[in-house]
Order: sequence, then structure tokens, then C-alpha cells
Amino acid sequence: MKHYGVTTFQAEDEIAAVCAAIGASYGGALGVCSTSGPGLSLKGEAIGLATMVELPLIVCDIQRAGPSTGMPTKTEQSDLLQTLFGRNGESPIPVIAPSSPSDCFRAAMDAARAAVEAMVPVILLSDGYLANGAEPWKLPAVEELPDCEVEFRSDPEGFAPYVRDEETLARPWAIPGTPGLEHRIGGLEKEDVTGNVSYDPDNHERMVRLRAEKIERIAERLPPLEVDGPDRGKLLVLGWGSTEGPIRGAVELARSRGLEVSRAHLRWLNPFPTNLGEVLSDFETVLVPELNRGQLAFLLQGRFLKEIASFPKIQGRPFFRHEIYSEILETLEATET
Amino acid sequence: MSADAPTLTKKDFQSDQEVRWCPGCGDYAILSAVQTVMPDLGIPKEDLVVIAGIGCSGRFPYYMDTFGFHTIHGRAPAIATGLKTTRPDLQVWVVTGDGDALSIGGNHLIHALRRNVDLKIVMFNNRIYGLTKGQYSPTSEVGKRTKSTPVGSIDNPFNPLSVALGAGATFVARSVDIFQPHLKATLKRMAEHDGSAFVEVYQNCNIFNDEAFAYMTAKENRKANTLFLEDGEPLVFGEEGARKGLRFRPGTFELEVLEIEDGDAADDCLVWDEDHPNPALAFLLAQAAPPELPTPIGVLRAVEAPTYDGAVIEQLQDQQERLGTGSLEELLYGGDTWSVETDGSVRR
Repeated sequence: MKHYGVTTFQAEDEIAAVCAAIGASYGGALGVCSTSGPGLSLKGEAIGLATMVELPLIVCDIQRAGPSTGMPTKTEQSDLLQTLFGRNGESPIPVIAPSSPSDCFRAAMDAARAAVEAMVPVILLSDGYLANGAEPWKLPAVEELPDCEVEFRSDPEGFAPYVRDEETLARPWAIPGTPGLEHRIGGLEKEDVTGNVSYDPDNHERMVRLRAEKIERIAERLPPLEVDGPDRGKLLVLGWGSTEGPIRGAVELARSRGLEVSRAHLRWLNPFPTNLGEVLSDFETVLVPELNRGQLAFLLQGRFLKEIASFPKIQGRPFFRHEIYSEILETLEATET
Repeated sequence: MSADAPTLTKKDFQSDQEVRWCPGCGDYAILSAVQTVMPDLGIPKEDLVVIAGIGCSGRFPYYMDTFGFHTIHGRAPAIATGLKTTRPDLQVWVVTGDGDALSIGGNHLIHALRRNVDLKIVMFNNRIYGLTKGQYSPTSEVGKRTKSTPVGSIDNPFNPLSVALGAGATFVARSVDIFQPHLKATLKRMAEHDGSAFVEVYQNCNIFNDEAFAYMTAKENRKANTLFLEDGEPLVFGEEGARKGLRFRPGTFELEVLEIEDGDAADDCLVWDEDHPNPALAFLLAQAAPPELPTPIGVLRAVEAPTYDGAVIEQLQDQQERLGTGSLEELLYGGDTWSVETDGSVRR
């Protein structure tokens, strides 16, 4: 990677890796680190710091079967709730999950853009199945890739560390070495705009809400969730991450046998697409196959108050098409009785 | 420094934030020393960064009008490593305490030091957890009674200088909060060192561990118990008229005190050599303490070695010279690619 101008660093531990990435981002690079399993737990505190100081960062979590050391070479989707909630305090951050080996490229690019646009840490949530998978990949035309230019703050006039962009709510990326922009950041609660340490109760609530709002606004810049098949009906099979292949295969098989089944796949787990609630409400039944005990189903039920048919698998192996196909048949039968 | 760079003063390094340490804390003296030294470094203010962890020392960046980052407990050296490695143009200081650096952050400290990342690490040692109101720390002495050790601590303490020397730090020094001229000179030497620099500052916590260093800082004890290390000078200390020196006890690898009755005896003392490639004597001095030996302060080690951040940049430049600056297009299209034509035929 070195001749591409990428600086690499093998750190002494998981915590040092994420911290060094944050240090790099503080200096104006985009810090990236990767982990699996308990490594994500170790990185939690530092991801919280990046959330508070509002610096871009990418943490790639290649999920494995857990808990603890679990089954390190086996795939699972069981870190979803941890990526969303596994930090102290109110600390929402964007989470994006690629759906295939080739999609990892675009997902990484989208993660990077979200991180620098909103000045937030982003988790790229892959898993062992994708990491060890391979498929032909239609190469993108490099000149057609979306732009990801960043602008460092240079003008001291009107500068404050937490003055926000009106549209994205991002704070300025003001890097050391810029004359006149000397300022302090840190993990203590920040006063709105000035960034000074503040224990003011109203300010804290405002800052918590601002940090959350900043993440929600990312959804406004994302395409809506697309439904494959009729956009309303009896059954929607909704997946996320690496299960897209077997879900698509199962749905196509069901359709080829005359069944009416729709399908959608979530790419952003936080924020959700703005039309997700609407999509869910347009189907009698929503079936969510996932490689965990039903974490996305749990989220959707809490968020949209809709009962979800959860189809969990927790064996360290991906879904087979026939497993999901059988579940589709059973779900349809159940709705008819 | 460019010729037209403005002359900086101590005031330029004072931020507008109210200092929140307890009145009488040794941290004030260290802050003042740093703010006095920084203008003399010839470095533009915007190129100085202060990174701290958690504890009383952690608040240090807020009081410095430089770029500053108050990070998380123990991780400042790791964050500073990431910054310095990607931005070698900056001078990066790490401000930490005995708990932050040696307890939760011990791992990052030793690895930053052994890599020889060009960081200026200042560790305030008050031998107590002050911010959390007085629990024993990794440098508290055995038997210390604190809120968490009501019948006395049973942990063996770290010797911070031994840790730094053992980790391979290329600059290791000790100073004292109230020895202002010495502290300033030591910090300046540290700032001018190229590579990982570690300075332990004895810092009095007048609330939770008052007079922890009085055995050597009190006026009446100072000369008898403090050995000022000077490169190229004999290891001598003591009151006027009762000068003493250090030498190896014959036939052993132990230090002993030698009474100096006339000038000639000073020739028998060890002469301090701070850049000696073998750190063995520095280790012995790091362990020295009253009542048997004086407490050494000053530079225990100052050797030159390639820095980690320098080597990183060198590799990047070397690879770019050899392979040319890589492009994304080359990366994507340079592997095992083929094209599928509209008629379905495959062309490699």
C-alpha cells in the first residue's frame, strides 16, 4: 500500500490501533482500523471518544461467531446491536453493511464519505462469509466514482471548534499546523459552538441531540430502500449484510414457483433509510432472516412497532437458499391459516 | 523557524480557560514551566500539539493555547503515535500521570518508547490517584495507607525511569515541579531530542499525598539527598564542606557513596555519560534513592537512534520512488481482470 501513499501501522493491541487511527484523523488523514469479535469490544471506548470529538474514523468489523473468542473462523451477524449500542452514553454512529464481496468496495467508499461529510466514526460491518468470499466483480470506471474531497478549515475568522455546517451539522475539520486555529478537544462534554468543557444540563441535552441528529441527517443524503418485486403485498423478506445472496436465491425460487414474495436489503443499519417504516407497513408479513438471534428483527419491532417474523440461524455458517425458501413457504402458509 | 515568524512569549501559550487544579498543586509549576519553555523552541505555535489522558494531568491541554487533545485513560501515547506518524511536521507532547501512564496505559507507553516514536512524554508523578481523591497508584510505596489501602498497600511500585529505560526510550530524564530552572532546562532538552523522550516530574499533590518528595525537595534535605546529573561531570552531591560522590563498590556492580574530603577524591567518582550506549549505569541510577543513595535528577539517557515516524516516511518515499506513485485505476485494473463482451465472449 505504501506507494499509494497509505501509512500503515501494526499496533500493540486493538485499543492502540483504533487510537492511532483517531490520532491520524485528528491530523487530517482518514484513520481506518479493522477488527473482529472481542476486538470491537476493546475499541468501544475510543469509538466513543471519536463520537464526542467528532472526528472521522472507519472501524471495519468482520464479524465472527461469539461471544468471547467464540468461533474465530466462522461467520455470524451477531455484532449488530453492539455496533449500534456498544458504547457508554448516548453515542449513535453510522453503520453500513456490505452485501457481497464486490459490494465491499462501494460500502467502504460510502463509509468513508459519510465519515468525512458528517465528521463521525463509521462502522463497516462485514463478516467472515464476505471476508472469505470471492466473486467476479465488474470494475468501476475510476473517473465515475463519486467525489470525496474534503476541506480543512483554514480561516480563523469566525472559527470555533464546534460551529456546525447547516446542512450536515458537521463541525469543521481544523487540523494541527493551521495558524490561528489552535483549540482544544476532548472526551468531556463540549459546550455547543465553543467546544469548551461544559456541565450545563441544557447544553448536554442539546449536544446529545445534535450528535444524534447529525447521524439521522445522513439518511437524507442516501437513496431510499428499494423493494425488489411488488412494493406491497403479503410477504417481504428483509435482510442485511452478507445474507443477500441466499435470500435473493430463495425469493427467486419462490417466484419461479408462482409465489408472490418481495425482497429488500438494508445497507445502512444506522441511520435506517427514510422510507423503511413505510415499506414495512405495506406488507402483511415481514420475514427477517439473519445470522444471530434476531437482532435486526428486535430493532425493527422497537422502532416501528410492527411484529416481525424473525428467522435466526446461529451455527457459524451462512444460510442455504433452501433454508430460506422453506421458511418463506411456512410463513406464507401460516399467514393463510 | 522562519525569519519572519513572530516572537512568542509565555502569554501566547496561556489559554483563556480557568485552571481547575487544587490551589497549591504542583501541576501549576509544571504548566508554567512548559509555557515558559515552548516560546524558546523556535517552533510555530500551530505546530505544537499537547495530547493528554485522564487524571489531573489530563486537563493540561485545556490550559495551553496550542492544539490540544484530552483523550481517554491511558491511551494518549497511542493517539499521539497515530498523529506523529502521519504528521511528522508537528511536535507532539504527551502529558500523563503515574496512574494514566503506568497503570491503564502501561502497554501504550512501553510500545511508544520502544518504537522510538518522536513523542515528548511528560509524566507527572505524585504517587497517588488525585482526581479520584486519593487511592494508591502504581508508583505508591509499599505500605502506603490510602482510601483503597486502609491497612497499607502491598503492591510493589514501578520505577518509571526503569520502565522507560527498559522499554528502550532514547531520552529519559527526571525533574521536580518546584526545581523550576532545572525543570525548564530538562523540558527544553526533551523537546530538542529527536525520538521518544520520557521525563518523569516529581509533582506534589498537596491534598492527597502532601510532601511525598520532601525527603529531597525540602530545603534542608535538598543538597544531601539530590544528585544533579550533568553530562561529563563527576557524580557528586551533598552540602558544602560535606561533598560526596558515587562510585562502584569495588568488586561489585553496586553504587556506593564516597566521602570527598579533598578535591582529589572527586577523581575516584564515576563521571556521568548520558549518551553511553550501555544503559546499565542509568538503570542503577534510576533505582537510587535515600537513605543509601541520593535521588538523581536530570538526564539519565540521551542517545541517537532512527525514529519510527522518520522510518515510516522513508519507506513511503522509497516505495514511491521505486514503484511510482500508485493510482487507484492501476490497483483496480492491474490484477486478474477480463472483459465480457456484449455477445458473451470473454476477452482476457
